[in-house]
Amino acid sequence: MWRSFVDAFVYGSLGLPPESGLGSALDFFIYDTVKIFFLLVVVIFAVSTLRSFFPPEKTKKLLEKLPEFVGNMLAATLGIVTPFCSCSAVPLFIGFIEAGVPLGVTFSFLVSSPMVNEVALVLLWGLFGWKIALLYVASGLVVAIASGFAIGRMRLERWVEDYVWAIRGGAIPVERLGWKDRFLYALGYVGEILGKVWPYVLVGIAIGGFMHGYAPAGLLAKYAGPGAWYAVPLAVLIGVPLYSNAAGVIPIVRVLMEKGMALGTALSFMMAVTALSLPEAIILRKVLKPKLLAAYFGVVALGIMLTGFLFNAIV
Amino acid sequence: MKVQVLGKGCAKCKTLEEHVREAIAELGIEAEFEKVSDVETIARMGVMTTPALAVDGIVKSSGRVLTKDQVVDYLKKG
Repeated sequence: MWRSFVDAFVYGSLGLPPESGLGSALDFFIYDTVKIFFLLVVVIFAVSTLRSFFPPEKTKKLLEKLPEFVGNMLAATLGIVTPFCSCSAVPLFIGFIEAGVPLGVTFSFLVSSPMVNEVALVLLWGLFGWKIALLYVASGLVVAIASGFAIGRMRLERWVEDYVWAIRGGAIPVERLGWKDRFLYALGYVGEILGKVWPYVLVGIAIGGFMHGYAPAGLLAKYAGPGAWYAVPLAVLIGVPLYSNAAGVIPIVRVLMEKGMALGTALSFMMAVTALSLPEAIILRKVLKPKLLAAYFGVVALGIMLTGFLFNAIV
Repeated sequence: MKVQVLGKGCAKCKTLEEHVREAIAELGIEAEFEKVSDVETIARMGVMTTPALAVDGIVKSSGRVLTKDQVVDYLKKG
């Protein structure tokens, strides 16, 4: 319905021919922008209401009792709904460790929390369809579980800054929230996230629309198609510095795929953008010694690349 | 009464700080205001997500930007 309305406006009212570059780029831009912003408001509101039921204080209590592998799975899953912003990464990390949550389980949470989030989900679902959105969530969870488990097995506790082990924070009581508190929280969250991501979404969709209208089809097939083995590691390398721009990157990736980029390469790229970030690394340096920081980035990057190679090989 | 806002200076922490100052002014109470931005201290107080509000050293809320009215409620309860 929305599709035909936008088509009628661009091709009818404005009189631009559908086969023209400008017509198809503009149609693409209007259609996507409105759809994405609508989805963002609805989904962020719903997810934040849901996440007000899972504060990290509760998550921590659930995780401290579980054996390692089960703990990794639950930590990764809770990472989806638990609130996370990189400014909270250090107190979160200390809180988990101090409660006795194993190091590897803590990492599963730290990996999944920024990677599998509702903004990425909305953009993937709105622009790629639910199949790729689910594929992203599932592979994100697997990467978070596996890399956390691997870090746990490597016994790297000695590479956590020593003062962390000495902290005894004690638990604060979980607040009792009414529905009004939850909705206020969710509304605040919608405003905060939209305020942060809207320029990236607009620019991303605009660049995507431009490329959709003007770049020749199959442009990338040679360099980023399934045959180009180096595309996956290259995508991860490029993805790391693009942190926090997931909202702007995903609309562009859609067009890159349309022009011939392989699915596995695209998934690797998006995961590297969301999961590995330099600012977060700098913040986490306060609690992790450089070797552990390097191990964390290395293991996660490896997991993301394996996912990319796997999907390129089977699709 | 000692009122603390815990957070590492992100936008949300500043908003909460404003709401707290407004709430103190509205109630017209004698309150000592403090900003806690050292992450180690924040972690020691048991807070995992910022911004957080503590009254007389006891954490009342964490991870939410409270509205002015919500802060007023917490301050009244002490």
